[in-house]
Amino acid sequence: MKGYARAVSVQLAKDLRLEWRSKDALNAMLFLALLVVVLFSLAFDPTRAESREIAGGILCVAILFAATGALNQAWARELQGGVLDAQRMSPAPPSAFLLGKTFATFLFVSAVEVLLAPLFAVFYNLQVKGSSALLLLVLPLGTWALVGNGVFFAALSLRTRSRELLLPLLLFPIFIPALLAMTSAATAIFTGDGDPLLWIQLLTGYDIVFTTAAILLFGLVLHSEP
Amino acid sequence: MAAPSAPHENPDGVTLRDVSHLYGATPVLRHVDAELRAGRCYLLLGPNGAGKSTLLRILAGLLRPSFGEVSISGQPPAALRERIGLMSHLPMLYDEFSGPENLRYFANLYAPRPCLPVAAALAAVGLDPALGRPVRTYSQGMRQRLSLARALLHQPELLLLDEPFSNLDAGSAGAMLALLGRERDRGRTVVLTTHQRELALPLADAILLLEDGELRQMPL
Repeated sequence: MKGYARAVSVQLAKDLRLEWRSKDALNAMLFLALLVVVLFSLAFDPTRAESREIAGGILCVAILFAATGALNQAWARELQGGVLDAQRMSPAPPSAFLLGKTFATFLFVSAVEVLLAPLFAVFYNLQVKGSSALLLLVLPLGTWALVGNGVFFAALSLRTRSRELLLPLLLFPIFIPALLAMTSAATAIFTGDGDPLLWIQLLTGYDIVFTTAAILLFGLVLHSEP
Repeated sequence: MAAPSAPHENPDGVTLRDVSHLYGATPVLRHVDAELRAGRCYLLLGPNGAGKSTLLRILAGLLRPSFGEVSISGQPPAALRERIGLMSHLPMLYDEFSGPENLRYFANLYAPRPCLPVAAALAAVGLDPALGRPVRTYSQGMRQRLSLARALLHQPELLLLDEPFSNLDAGSAGAMLALLGRERDRGRTVVLTTHQRELALPLADAILLLEDGELRQMPL
């Protein structure tokens, strides 16, 4: 178990260091998320009450689009230099590569969310009526649902010619239950109507099931032949 | 070499039995039989597109042959990947990392298997262990040498090298040749492809020629 945790931390440290130097994923995600938030606010010019109704959905869609760009590039470095083959030949457990990259992408998307949140509140003139603290549960759970599946499907579509098209085609349908739960929970928190806990439980269950499946299946994905 | 024999007759070596490989409907390797003895150096020659890289990938356990059987020490290559070192035509390095950073990362992947110290691996291929700039700023020859250091880092028993001398000047190629000779003398099996036959000839114990997907042994 200690060896496994070490293998995951090696991947995580490597991805954090690579991103720190290039800032490719963070810049692309931040730009896209800002674009979605600003354009929606200009297009609808919502009142304060309307904002609370639609903010959950807009926030989730902004994160989804922003993260998809980063997920498409998640394995690009490994593929370009042939590093993936060197990783395949190592004795490190395949799922350690998946988990390391998932943790790293999770941190990148979370960083974008942290930067986006105050801007989002300003642009949508948002005042939260429910418990804001619950957002600290909903956003990480929803983000994990997105990046956990996203990193897995990005690896699955890695060797296909139109992988940038294939990833959303594979990811979005699978992500719909988590998107609904995330949006409903966020809307319930923003408006103060309804109980977000049920949606949070659903998100937690979703994360456990899909993360376990991804860990179990990743060896097949990594060692599949073109 | 071409005559098939039971795996136990070549306990520490590599055995290929009737190996064929197709990409789609196109055959790349046809009925390849070979026995590669441990501690020897094999020069794999052949024109472009002959299937040399495919054969190396099969030996590395990265590709399953469409037909036939490959065994290393009596086991399939996929079960022994960590005992194989591969230097392919791609550098298999992160461009944003420096040479030492790349090697430290790969050494961590092989833990707890003992690896060469990073400084020693870099020095062995003639690179400065203090070189801190990213690999993307290296010359092709430096990348090539770093790639060899990565392949040697975990002290593999089988070393597979795809065009190791390309992009190297005469001095660097000579140094690499001497290094590979020392690795062979330590008991490692070396299989290398090259178009610079004359350069690699002093190292070779046997020459394998791959033409139209068929493998045959040539006299030295």
